[in-house]
Formats: sequence, C-alpha cells, structure tokens
Amino acid sequence: MNIWTYTIIIGILTYLSRYLVTAYANTKTYSETTKKVLSYVPSAVFPSLIFPAVFYKNSSLILYSDEVFAFMAALIISIIFKNILLTVITGISIYLLIIFI
Amino acid sequence: MYQSISTSMNRRKIFFQGIKDVLPLNIPVVLFGIFYAVLCIELGFSSYFAIGTSLIIFAGGSQLIFVTLLTAGAIPWVIFGSVIMNNTRHILYGAVFSKYIEKKNGLWKLILSFFLTDQCFAVSNQYLKKNYKNKFSHYHMLGSGVTVWLIWQLSNLVGIWLGNIVSDQLSLNYFVAITFLALIAKDLGKLDHFLVILISAVCSLIFYNLPLKAYVIVSATAGIIFAFLINKKFKKLLK
Repeated sequence: MNIWTYTIIIGILTYLSRYLVTAYANTKTYSETTKKVLSYVPSAVFPSLIFPAVFYKNSSLILYSDEVFAFMAALIISIIFKNILLTVITGISIYLLIIFI
Repeated sequence: MYQSISTSMNRRKIFFQGIKDVLPLNIPVVLFGIFYAVLCIELGFSSYFAIGTSLIIFAGGSQLIFVTLLTAGAIPWVIFGSVIMNNTRHILYGAVFSKYIEKKNGLWKLILSFFLTDQCFAVSNQYLKKNYKNKFSHYHMLGSGVTVWLIWQLSNLVGIWLGNIVSDQLSLNYFVAITFLALIAKDLGKLDHFLVILISAVCSLIFYNLPLKAYVIVSATAGIIFAFLINKKFKKLLK
C-alpha cells in the first residue's frame, strides 16, 4: 500500500472519530445522569494522558525522576493557584533547571 | 446596522478569546511538531510527507503511531487498529461537544469537528459550558482550533528547516502532561472529581503496557463508570 493511501485512510479514520458523535449525537435523548456523567469526561480522560507521561520511562514505572520532581512542584502550584499559565511555567522551568543545571 | 457591528465584534471577541485561552497549551504542541518533523526526516520520509500527514491527519499521537509502525513494518490492520484505539477518546469529546453545537448547520459541524483536538476540547469545553447560550460561543472553538492547527503546521516547518533543535535529554511527553495537569487542577478540590481523577490515574499506570495504547480508553472508561456509579448510588452524599 502506498504511504499516501495510508495517510488518507488514517486521515479519514481520525476525522470520523471526531465528526460522527459530534454531529449526530442526539443530545435530547441524553438522560440527566448521562449529562452529569459526561461532565466528568475531562477528569476521566486527562489523567491517562498525564500520569504515564510522568511516571513511565522506557515502559518501566519510575517513582522518582526529574520529571516526577518537577511534576510534583507544578501539581502543588496548580492546586494553590488554579492557573494554567502559572502551572505550565512552573512545571517547565523547574524541569529545565534540573536538566540543564 | 449598529446591531450588525456589535454582532461582528462579539464574534471576533469570542474568536480571539479562544486563541488567547489555548495559547499556553501550545508549548508542547510546538515541541512535538518540531520533533515529529525531525523524526519523519530521520526515518527516511520526505518533508512533503511530514507536512502532508499533518495537513491531512492533524493528530500528533496518531501521526507518531503511523510513522513508527510503518517504519517497523507493521501490517495495515495493526496500524489502522492502533490509530482507531488512539482516537477513541475523541468519541467522548464529541459526546460532550455535540450539545454545544447541535443547533449549528452541517458546515459548522464539519469544520469544528476537524479541530476537536485535546487542547481545543480542554479550553473550549470550559468556555462553552459557561457560555453555550450565547449564539456565537462556537467561535471560541474555531479560534482555539485554528490556533492549534496553525501552530502544529508551523512547528513542523521549523522542524524541517532547522533540524533537531529539541534536546534528546528532554521528555516531550512531560510537557504534554504539565499542560493537562493545569486543566484538571480546579476539579482536584471536588471530592467526586478527585476520585474520578484518581481512578483514571491509577488505571493508566496499571494498564500502560497494554497493546495498541489501549490504556487511555481503558482508564477513561473506568473513570466514567466510576462517575456513573457515584452519581447513581451516592447522589445525596455529593450534594
């Protein structure tokens, strides 16, 4: 199979995963419980993008590393200030300081 | 006439609010965009391929899976299966977003769906939750979506032109983690959300080595089921 054929098929698969439910879900049929449960989607999805990225290195679970230390600092700042930019700056600057100094 | 000027200003204001809100989340997008383009070139693909995949697919995770599996000689169904698994979280995002844009016409749905990335969902969900009654609130999603799209394409070009300027010592995944951490921080203080976050976090660490990157949808599903159970069984406790 040509690489551009692959690219187009993957493009279509990715687009459909975004489009089908967004465009065709009938929200009027959502029960109150469904609406309530959907409000937890960010809390259910984002941790799975966050925690393995910090606590896994080369497929092994690691409880202490430069990433874990900087992450903990950013976690404390994010809980106290609840500010996206401040959390990002703290997490990245502490990480870069540990790596490069 | 005054009304049409104020309407167009309202639209523009919401569009720019979307751009402003999503900008902090683009630090890892830039780094990943550069990394992706450099990886494509190092793996022997052309710069047209790096740019072409970003224009057509526009999903960093799926693109990385695609090029690494293709280079490793994986058979087509493994490549497509991995991409589908990686994309399953979009279905959850779509279920949330559909209620905000259900009254928009088909063209809007076609356009906005294309921009439904993690970053766009994260910031525009927060905005639309509070402002969905405003008939121009979807311009927020357009602003955040176009911004992520543009930054992703430009960082690909930077990767092609400048080569590997991202140090190999850096963990790119860490940068993604930090930006998403900021988005769930405000919910960490609520007991129900805290428990859902905890369940999803623990599951993601336990199931990380599952094939096809299935840990994302497995952990998200565990979190959603838990949210359903506490809302059914402990409704009174949550109030």
